[in-house]
Amino acid sequence: MTDQTASLASFTGEEAQKKLRKRHRAERRFRMYGIAAIVFAVAFLLFLFGSIFSQGWSAFLQTSIQLPVTFSQEVINPSGNPNDEEELFRANYVKLAREALYSELGVDPKDRKTRRAVNELLSRGVDVQLRDMVLRDPSIIGTTQDVWLLASDNADALLKGSIDRETPSDRRQVSDQQIAWIDQLVANGDMKKRFNTGLFVNGASSNPETAGLGVALIGSFFMMLTVVLLAVPLGVCAALYLEEFAPKGKIADMIEVNINNLAAVPSIVFGLLGLAVFINFFGLPRSASLVGGLVLTLMTLPTIIITTRAAIRAVPPSIREAALGVGASKTQVIGHHVLPLSLPGILTGTIIGLVQALGETAPLLMIGMVAFVVDYPSTPLDPATGLPVQIYMWASSAERGFVERTAGATMVLLAFLIVMNSLAVYLRNRFERKW
Amino acid sequence: MSSFTILAILVAAAIIAYFIGRFRSIQSCGGQQRELHSRPAYHGYYLAILTALPAIIVLALWSAAERPVTQYVAMQELPAQVLEGTDAQRALTMSVVDTIAEGLPKLSPEESETLRKARLGFVTTTDARDVLARHGVVLGSDPDRAILAAADELAAARETSRLALPLVCFALAAIGFVWGFSRIRPELRARNIVERVIRGGLFTASTVAVLTTVGIVLSVLFETIHFFQFVAPFDFLFGTVWDPRFATVGQAEGQFGLLPLLWGTLFISFVALLVAVPVGLFAAIYMSEYAGSRVRAIAKPVLEILAGIPTIVYGFFALSVFGPLLRDLGFNIGLEISASSVLTAGIVMGVMIIPFVSSLSDDIINAVPQSLREGSYGLGATQSETIKRVILPAALPGIVGAVLLAASRAIGETMIVVLAAGIAANLTLNPLEPVTTITVKIVSQLTGDLEFNSPQTLVAFALGLTLFIITLALNVYALYIVRKYREQYE
Repeated sequence: MTDQTASLASFTGEEAQKKLRKRHRAERRFRMYGIAAIVFAVAFLLFLFGSIFSQGWSAFLQTSIQLPVTFSQEVINPSGNPNDEEELFRANYVKLAREALYSELGVDPKDRKTRRAVNELLSRGVDVQLRDMVLRDPSIIGTTQDVWLLASDNADALLKGSIDRETPSDRRQVSDQQIAWIDQLVANGDMKKRFNTGLFVNGASSNPETAGLGVALIGSFFMMLTVVLLAVPLGVCAALYLEEFAPKGKIADMIEVNINNLAAVPSIVFGLLGLAVFINFFGLPRSASLVGGLVLTLMTLPTIIITTRAAIRAVPPSIREAALGVGASKTQVIGHHVLPLSLPGILTGTIIGLVQALGETAPLLMIGMVAFVVDYPSTPLDPATGLPVQIYMWASSAERGFVERTAGATMVLLAFLIVMNSLAVYLRNRFERKW
Repeated sequence: MSSFTILAILVAAAIIAYFIGRFRSIQSCGGQQRELHSRPAYHGYYLAILTALPAIIVLALWSAAERPVTQYVAMQELPAQVLEGTDAQRALTMSVVDTIAEGLPKLSPEESETLRKARLGFVTTTDARDVLARHGVVLGSDPDRAILAAADELAAARETSRLALPLVCFALAAIGFVWGFSRIRPELRARNIVERVIRGGLFTASTVAVLTTVGIVLSVLFETIHFFQFVAPFDFLFGTVWDPRFATVGQAEGQFGLLPLLWGTLFISFVALLVAVPVGLFAAIYMSEYAGSRVRAIAKPVLEILAGIPTIVYGFFALSVFGPLLRDLGFNIGLEISASSVLTAGIVMGVMIIPFVSSLSDDIINAVPQSLREGSYGLGATQSETIKRVILPAALPGIVGAVLLAASRAIGETMIVVLAAGIAANLTLNPLEPVTTITVKIVSQLTGDLEFNSPQTLVAFALGLTLFIITLALNVYALYIVRKYREQYE
């Protein structure tokens, strides 16, 4: 009896209480570590998104100047023959834009120094802009049109605040005089930030203000098309074989282990494979989106096979047995029942595979998709870039204007991924059947 | 006629054959469909398969083999000293032959005559070069007569192939169609045949994954062996200096030591694991042991977003935000941190692999039987004591597997280190300095102009093979551990 009281005291006594409190503190601390870990991950995610958005949103706006440009016959088409495309192509369009700006600002075009300072306000891309207008509609020659012309990178940076007005003028890339002109244009409403359609349609350019994602978007589209056309049928067929037909044995085991390992091979190794096999051995052209698509197909195949197998496995065996019972052959069971029932799951898996393929960069670097491509690719065999590769190329350029564009392009890429992922989630919730 | 056109025609022929087959089967039984062994549609598929499948297989094999075979034929024209020379010389000669052969079909009849004369020695080869230059084929020097002959042979072989391929394909399709058509009768077991073909097709699809692995191993291994003809394996594997110099054909200038790159890779991965393992593991513990279903429903997808963000985005973030941030932080506390330090790349990469650690650990902790927990609670242990003394030891093998998988991700990761790690190969222990990695060097050796026979290019394949072996070993071992662990509690 005394023994028991003594041991009870050891549970309720001061010493024991202290020990218990210590243990409870340890418990709370441990729990806090868990919360801290999750908070860290979430905070990092928010920081990542926040920093990219804060850098990138301004890429969707681009500074332009509205000018009444006189398309003078002497400059564009001295021969007077509007069908002479060669002449229209070669004409000095920059001069037109510059003269319009001189008169707009009321400066003396005779003074070379002033002239150069004014010229620096306009983008080097204005000649292409005006040339395209004339080539599209030669009848505007001889008329005066109000045109929104791209402003230079520096003017754009000043308006967006990435050049600080307070910096002493000798260390600033824009002179006091230029700032005065810009302010004058802004006050007149002739210079403002407009939505940057060029970001989505232009090809490669060494000037940030005229560089765009056009070629990259088309290249990525071709690659995704290749992946959908090749990886989905191959992946679904492989999954069907492994789930429904493969005799349980060494071969099936080997294929299974193989697929699991393939899913974990670094993506850059797939790029080496593409380079050695598709380009070096089969002689397909470098930088072609077809080769990119083939490499991404091989990369996404394991993902699609694994998700499709899960979807097929979710179809209850009773359905198969019922169909077999009324006399269907194995192939008919699969074609009439298993495949249609697992379709939503397959679709979700496909989208997840595509998301992975769309963001993949490293293998594309290996097969020469890091290319300066100005013209739209018209077939998958033409040189192209891809969305992530374009981000990589812009991220490696030095000009300030490209930082903003890199972040903008990243936002475009993330937007695509978010849309595709939401679609996958929606499909899963909408069509998933619980058996 | 391009392969695509032929393919399109064959597909169209298959569709027509399907309807003919269907019609024929109904006709063969005089409209009494009961008499048929297989339903009319199967007869249609049967005829379509016989028409298109053999031709498509031949088309695929032909297209794959065309380039190597024509090149081999052309190579027979080259003099013996070129054929016996090194691979590099032969490849160089063949690329000249290839360029000329590309230009040959563009020539006018008179120009082709000039070339023929040059080949036979009636006019100088300089004339031939001028003629070719007019059609955009620019040669570095006057072509050899043997080279002209080989180019002619190559062009001729290509022309033959171009003409013969559609003929062969269409002939096969016609034979298949006629033979199949003649066999359609009510007793034909068309369904069984079609099903066998489908099954064969499914099996073929499942071997693509195996073929990819074989392709990776063979292609990388082949080029690596090629590389070891220039650089001794020992110098590559144990060299401590990485300095490959500029690419010059067939010259092994510079040093190709793997060790600095391997060290950089492991160092950055180690830093990444220092971030990912505690965060991932604690997140997994919290989610599986403490969090209610609502928190879990939010936290789990959020963590998975981290795995879904493309690595290029992490790379850009590390380059433009995180690197400068760390540098400025270090500057404020008096530390000199390079913007592309080991820490920058390691921490960002660590965040990227958090979900790999957390989601697998989560599964593994959930797989620990509930009875173990209840036994521990029954003895008076608190929740954290149960986790530390019972659950974690029980789940340890599985967690080690998860960490190894995450490590293999980190080692093979490319875009973060390409953008945010250094370029110079350093053997340093200081995490504030930049190092470079295997993947960075693969990228830098393979972007720009490629010369497939210089060690500077080929070393990328040797590095790739190293990477493949390391990650494969880690994966196989990790999957083995995880599997074993699962069996233990099943």
